[in-house]
Amino acid sequence: MGSVTQLARLVAELDEQLITCMRCGFCQSVCPLYGETGREADVARGKLALLDGLAHELLSDPHGVRERLERCLLCGSCAANCPSGVKVLDIFLKARAILSGYLGLPPAKKLLFRQVLARPALFNKLLSLAPRFEGLLTKPVDSLLDTSCARFTSPLGQRHFKRLARVPLHRLEPPRSTPAGASGLRVAFFAGCLIDKLYPGVGRAALKTLEHHGVGVEMPAQEACCGIPALSAGDTATFSKLLGHNLARLDPAKFDYMVTACATCASTIHKLWPLMCGSLAPQAQKRAKALAAKTRDVSQFLVETGLVSGQAPAPGPEAKPLTYHDPCHLKKSLGVAAEPRRLMAANPAWRLQEMVESDWCCGLGGSFSLEHYDLSQQIGGHKLEHIAASGAAAVATGCPACMLQISDQLSQAGRQVAVKHYLEIYAETL
Amino acid sequence: MSTAALYKEFQRLVGPENVFSDASDLLTYSYDAALLPSQPPGLAVRPTSLEALGRVIRLCNQEGLPLTVRGAGTNLSGGTIPAHEGVVVVTTALNRIVEINQEDLYAVVEPGVINARLFAAAQKQGLFYPPDPGSMAVSTLGGNVAENSGGLRGLKYGVTRDYVMGMSFFDTDGQLVKTGSRTVKCATAYNLAGLMVGSEGTLGVFAQIILKLIPPPAASRALLATFDRMQAASETVSAIIAARIVPATLEFLDNFTIRTVEDFSGAGLPTEAAALLLIEVDGHPAQVAEEAQKVQDICRAQGATQVRPAADAAEKERIWTARRAAIPALARLKPSVVLEDATVPRSKVPELVRFITDLARRYDITIGTFGHAGDGNLHPTIVFDKRDTAQEQRVRQAVEELFDKALALGGTLSGEHGLGLSKTRFLAKEVGEATIAWSRRLKRAMDPKGILNPGKIVGA
Repeated sequence: MGSVTQLARLVAELDEQLITCMRCGFCQSVCPLYGETGREADVARGKLALLDGLAHELLSDPHGVRERLERCLLCGSCAANCPSGVKVLDIFLKARAILSGYLGLPPAKKLLFRQVLARPALFNKLLSLAPRFEGLLTKPVDSLLDTSCARFTSPLGQRHFKRLARVPLHRLEPPRSTPAGASGLRVAFFAGCLIDKLYPGVGRAALKTLEHHGVGVEMPAQEACCGIPALSAGDTATFSKLLGHNLARLDPAKFDYMVTACATCASTIHKLWPLMCGSLAPQAQKRAKALAAKTRDVSQFLVETGLVSGQAPAPGPEAKPLTYHDPCHLKKSLGVAAEPRRLMAANPAWRLQEMVESDWCCGLGGSFSLEHYDLSQQIGGHKLEHIAASGAAAVATGCPACMLQISDQLSQAGRQVAVKHYLEIYAETL
Repeated sequence: MSTAALYKEFQRLVGPENVFSDASDLLTYSYDAALLPSQPPGLAVRPTSLEALGRVIRLCNQEGLPLTVRGAGTNLSGGTIPAHEGVVVVTTALNRIVEINQEDLYAVVEPGVINARLFAAAQKQGLFYPPDPGSMAVSTLGGNVAENSGGLRGLKYGVTRDYVMGMSFFDTDGQLVKTGSRTVKCATAYNLAGLMVGSEGTLGVFAQIILKLIPPPAASRALLATFDRMQAASETVSAIIAARIVPATLEFLDNFTIRTVEDFSGAGLPTEAAALLLIEVDGHPAQVAEEAQKVQDICRAQGATQVRPAADAAEKERIWTARRAAIPALARLKPSVVLEDATVPRSKVPELVRFITDLARRYDITIGTFGHAGDGNLHPTIVFDKRDTAQEQRVRQAVEELFDKALALGGTLSGEHGLGLSKTRFLAKEVGEATIAWSRRLKRAMDPKGILNPGKIVGA
């Protein structure tokens, strides 16, 4: 740990971006966390002021700043609504990296990221063992949602969590490299950890959809995590390692697009790989940027290429009400909101019944939910109310992380509402 | 009381989780949206009940602690920047809409209720709360009343002042003072509510506010008129009013703002135009149809090169999106923004606009001007980089000249942002020393220890 002046110099590198905040405070209207707490340090303007304070040595408490900086869902609602176009997330991620570099990572995170997450083979191995022991420690609570909760007092608290898949996607659907079919297109499919390990059904729906549309698929063995947990914790070393691992397995020359069914992976790859790849060799940086440019959410890919087009059929007379939650990483980060709805409309067995504030964050925020479960639940509570008020029999979304949070909420409330990925709805028709 | 004992006492009053004393938290209560030096308070508290609010005020007064009330902190004149070692009282937890009365057309709110929330709640019940400051999505009604906020609808519907029927507020002893009532008429006692509106937290602290609601207009129509001469646009404004038509909104964009908005949003605005007027008339459908036609005729007669009525809701939305884009578009040009609100009689708008154009040239600074032409309340928006101290100095000088000009034209220093810290030293020019002396005596009577938002308005 160096001097505070040294830290100030590092943070001052963000000055060009920090100065663009004109302190209008408009981020207050969209910040899910500020909505609960009403505390200025919880909203983007407050956090930007803290970083400005560090940069100009008005503050000498980097721990205090880090603690407040980490009270953030990284949902990007502020950035999406900022009149001045402040790149809030870029600033926050870089600041987290600077502060973690300066203060060091907490030991538990360091162990988890460097020894497990950064080693995809080990990570897979460990998780493949877990389902065998899951029953000893947890008990099922909701068969519709496939959730369980702790049998005994546990560090997981009151959560109702989605059970690990018996067989992960990478074993159900082995690596492949299939040629382009009728569409003339080939894509790399980036499954992502949550789909691989918790929601392989979503991965299968994606692969079925791609096959149906005559799209060739490149699925390399042993993809690593997209890196967002490490970036959120400011662990750029682990992020670079994961990125390097993935770059070695994904050659952008071999496919037209890279697609994912995980909003968070899509957003991380598309936006953060190019932004945070600066420490890699020039060739690797070039590849990261090329992959980022080719990366789409599956719905975005299908609509953009015209593979799904034209008028959707009218819902049938027996159609069940379905509501949709806009993941922050799809709508606010990538501007993808109409495309998943277009796909779901293709299934006449369901009728879309919009909930209010469908783009209000579900409250998960990755590790935010681990560190601030109470706040995460409070924010999720609004989502629960809105889903219930819509009267839907199922709620669909485009992000497995949102699915986890919404399942937890519904399961704890004992609501009989199914949680689905929009691709599962779409694939029912194929 | 020692600092530690005081801290404990505040914790007892509002709960430990609502007292902030860490340097980091205090830094986040050191600024608002005005471009002024920040000043961290000694402590920040967030009372969750009106009882607790009253006790906090009483304790501050007993201990002689300066007290600044803060809602959303969107103030553009520094009114929420606290005093050194002062206490910031955050109202975000005092956010209950106590009542919306459909028979008697009023709402009772706590000071932390966000303007847009009341608007939506009233709308749900078929009623209308018209004051719409640009910050309405985040700013609190307590702040709106304390600043006498305006907005786009000022011309026809008036400003916050016109909707305050009454209120209760805490004096410095934490005693509740009541003024006004839930009735349309009220001739009882002093009109203290009138005094409290726009008092910027220097005379008392709001507890509950009674706000007038009205039935919403049944129909509305918007149109966009293009002018190749500023003078023609301005004369059009006067001609519309002279024809006994009062549009709900009558907004103006100058050429620089038009070009900046067009670059930003590609809305299809005529970038060669000297000025645009964005006009909306509302009311009974038949009246709207007639007035919209008349307004179009007047625009053409006054030399508008193009008049585009919005054919449908989507087109209307596009017109207002262009206006709403003015601040974001200008703000993205440079890091720092000064949004001025000096206001002149409507007929002086062309002269003020000419002056501002000349001002930008003389000081070599960038100014986009837009705003409420119908009110004579323009927003010359200066964008620059505050890190360039020479440039910042020029901006400050230009702003001073702007104030002098507005006053010379029979106008006022602030139309809707308040004096706060930023305009205090210019007040004598507008109202004279005797007014300031009288105001200070008033302030002393209501706040003998001078704890209520010291330094604001009259500098005491």
